Amino acid sequence: MKGILKKIAQINFGLMSPEDIRKMSVTKIVTPDTYDEDGYPIEAGLMDPRLGVIDPGLKCRSCGSKGGDCQGHFGHINIARPVIHVGFADTIHKILRSTCKECARVLLTDAEIIDYKDRIGNMVKNEESITNIIKEIYTVARRDKCPHCETEQEDIKIDKPVSIVEGNYKLTASEVRERLEKIPEEDHILLGVNSKVAKPEWMVLTVLPVPPVTVRPSITLETGERSEDDLTHKLVDILRINQRLKENMEAGAPQLIVEDLWELLQYHVTTYFDNEASGVPPARHRSGRPLKTLAQRLKGKEGRFRSNLSGKRVNFSARTVISPDPNISINEVGVPEMIAKEVTVPIYVTPWNIEEMKKFINNGPKVHPGANYVERPDGRKVRVYPETKDAIIEKLEPGFRVERHLIDGDIVLFNRQPSLHRMSMMAHEVRVLPHKTFRLNLCVCPPYNADFDGDEMNMHIFQTEESRAEAKSLMRVQEHILSPRFGGPIIGGIHDHISGAYLLTRESSVFEEDEVFQILMRAKIPLPKPKGESWSGKEIFSLLLPEDMNMVYRAEICRRCDECLKQECKNDAYVVIEDGNLKSGVIDDRAFGSFAGKILDSVVKEYGTDKAREFLDSATKLAISGIMKKGFTTSTDDEEIPQEAKERIEELLSKAEERVEILIEAYTNEELEALPGRSLEETLEMKIMQVLGEARDKSGELAEKYFDINKNHAVVMALTGARGSMLNLTQIAACVGQQSVRGGRIERGYSERTLPHFKKGELGAKARGFVHSSYKTGLDPLEFFFHAMGGREGLVDTAIRTAQSGYMQRRLVNALQDLSVRPDGTVRDNRGVIIQTMYGEDKVDPAKSDYGKVVDIDRVIDEIRIKSGK
Amino acid sequence: MKKDILKHRLVPEHTILSKSEIKKVMKELDIHPEQLPKIKQDDPICKAIEAKSGDVLKITRKSHTAGKFVTYRLVLN
Ligand SMILES: [Mg+2]
Ligand SMILES: [Zn+2]
Ligand SMILES: [Zn+2]
Ligand SMILES: [Zn+2]
Repeated sequence: MKGILKKIAQINFGLMSPEDIRKMSVTKIVTPDTYDEDGYPIEAGLMDPRLGVIDPGLKCRSCGSKGGDCQGHFGHINIARPVIHVGFADTIHKILRSTCKECARVLLTDAEIIDYKDRIGNMVKNEESITNIIKEIYTVARRDKCPHCETEQEDIKIDKPVSIVEGNYKLTASEVRERLEKIPEEDHILLGVNSKVAKPEWMVLTVLPVPPVTVRPSITLETGERSEDDLTHKLVDILRINQRLKENMEAGAPQLIVEDLWELLQYHVTTYFDNEASGVPPARHRSGRPLKTLAQRLKGKEGRFRSNLSGKRVNFSARTVISPDPNISINEVGVPEMIAKEVTVPIYVTPWNIEEMKKFINNGPKVHPGANYVERPDGRKVRVYPETKDAIIEKLEPGFRVERHLIDGDIVLFNRQPSLHRMSMMAHEVRVLPHKTFRLNLCVCPPYNADFDGDEMNMHIFQTEESRAEAKSLMRVQEHILSPRFGGPIIGGIHDHISGAYLLTRESSVFEEDEVFQILMRAKIPLPKPKGESWSGKEIFSLLLPEDMNMVYRAEICRRCDECLKQECKNDAYVVIEDGNLKSGVIDDRAFGSFAGKILDSVVKEYGTDKAREFLDSATKLAISGIMKKGFTTSTDDEEIPQEAKERIEELLSKAEERVEILIEAYTNEELEALPGRSLEETLEMKIMQVLGEARDKSGELAEKYFDINKNHAVVMALTGARGSMLNLTQIAACVGQQSVRGGRIERGYSERTLPHFKKGELGAKARGFVHSSYKTGLDPLEFFFHAMGGREGLVDTAIRTAQSGYMQRRLVNALQDLSVRPDGTVRDNRGVIIQTMYGEDKVDPAKSDYGKVVDIDRVIDEIRIKSGK
Repeated sequence: MKKDILKHRLVPEHTILSKSEIKKVMKELDIHPEQLPKIKQDDPICKAIEAKSGDVLKITRKSHTAGKFVTYRLVLN
């Protein structure tokens, strides 16, 4: 494809001149009234038909297009006396302050003018921002005396929002405009005004553009009463005062009255632009509600930008709390009936489905597999009511479109914010279920990063056949088992799936045949032929493995024995699968866990995603039924160690603390030798950290000796990778260890000490946040305080990290959103410009790769070795 | 002291393509030269190999994923 290169040459921002405003206007607006007694819009009124049409049946008098196609046309109001535009009041003030009251030149010396013009010229040429230099000019040009005509200058202040006061005299808008008019064009650039697109005097309005009716449509209430938009109300106010001002001026009314009216006109124009401008009471509706004028429409979270342009509300979507359901497939999502009856799927009526559609309509909007709307071929939509459904069924024929309820098997899009990667939005099949929460399989928690402590998720219903087909082939959960991040499974077993599989497949696990069949029935796995003898757990799990699967790997529980005994490993950590039979090793996190599952990974890559989904569904169900057969519980008893162990740990820790004291003594006696490249203090710190770290590790190892995986479920969870770690357990049972802030021992607090309980300069273990106690024995107050310090740092870090990575993600997404990989393997942007001549330089899709590589040679060799070795 | 940047290990090999080579590459990628990534004429590498505006450079560099990777850049001033 040859790209089309089109360039936007430039975008100009400037001010509209009074001529521009009049030129774009289709009519002058004079009457403050909108409609006459018969309800027709008044000519030259605020609803003048030339301003555009909304009613799709009418034609626009200005452009001839139908309502809906006509975007509307501006009108204008000639203002009797000039008024200051609030948005520019600050700029006007700055400009007046920087120019002479007499000759209107900028208050810079000739030399300064030449210098600044030179600098600005260069910056414009280099496309640099001139804001800073203009700011500088505004400060330099605040002179008491004009360098050109020697006139003494008076101080000009701004009285928010729009009053400009010189000395003690308040300048009228006309006087302000005159002064701005007098500024010579060659000085404009020095004041930050580009004379090609703006003149300073245009910041004082003499004519006001009137936005088209499409911008401020009136609404008709049920009572037939017309209700006008806030902008229209404001424009009515402006027109009224403008009228009165004009009349009074023509009648030669006293100056005081004219000035009062002028002030009032200024107020109305100001609040028309911004009803929250500081220093003016906001204009209110009769009910007392402040009016929403131009600035309010755009500003803030509820403004046009943040709520209508950057983000939009959509139809056919639903949101509710999520809860787990281990009995549905990973591909499914449980949808509450209440939601299924609200969001609909459009179905075209054909001769083949007309009877089915009639049934839906017959059920109506209130009975579950029903229908809410029927759309006729001419585009007219009728709601299905119990009273009208028979008539609708009567008329139904091919070509109609029925908006029927969500039913089992429909494809929907399911999403959890923050949508950070593509697995945050996946396509699920609907299962309509009772109750009020979305239900999801636990295996899809990792990609969504969901848990059930109150998380909510969104669901979107596809509205076209194409989107459904595309979603089914590209977005279905089973297509996302492998993550493009590391080319391994991100969807997989968690928590009890892992513990359960371990309990089921460990060596000591033997079941009578009737028990086996109970487990399999409960897991909804097809029953094998009875063999009339007891089964090992490994044999049960083998039922799920593909017949021809061969693989070898080390399980998560592998303790890295000094010499690996392979199949004879006493931990049973050496997994061997031969022709789909689990010969040795236990099933744990490394088998089918999320982020780690080797077997799952292999099933996806060798047997495809359908098989993988089947495997994962049945493996997790089997594990759950296994764990339920065995029983599984944990309590603080699991972190109990015998008295002798406690004593030995105590001894170990006090020895370490002694060694720290010895180190400190060596340091104070200046006997300590500095490590290369370190100061004496750093050396001491490092050595202390090392001693204490070792002490904690040793105490942990000591405690670990008493933790038996065969008797202790907390250890089962830690070692199989189901939940928690050995460190968690030893911190509970033996010793919590050093608390740290900013990667080192705790130093902050009082001068030269962490807390007033210590001596100044004390460097001992306890004084710098070493927690000697275990969580189970409990922390003393000082330890508790240090622990809170370390804990707080963790919380602050995560809060900051999410904010930073969120912003980084935003910038990345904006930079990369239009890039795509083309069929020829090139990466191009939306103009067809090449970014990479080959995607990733090797054309490999990481989600389809073997942990980032095209092929894992070692694995292939292992497989062949097993096959030939038997 | 002036270094020969062409000998630096982080500077990949740049060669200027002939007219016919450009034609061939453009046909291969099905693009016109403006759609290529750009490089400035005053880039040190362009000065070193005396590439002029309008030339197309063939860049052969080491790649973590593919071992060796070939890409092209259009010289602009
Ligand atoms: Mg949560
Ligand atoms: Zn129109
Ligand atoms: Zn002057
Ligand atoms: Zn071992």
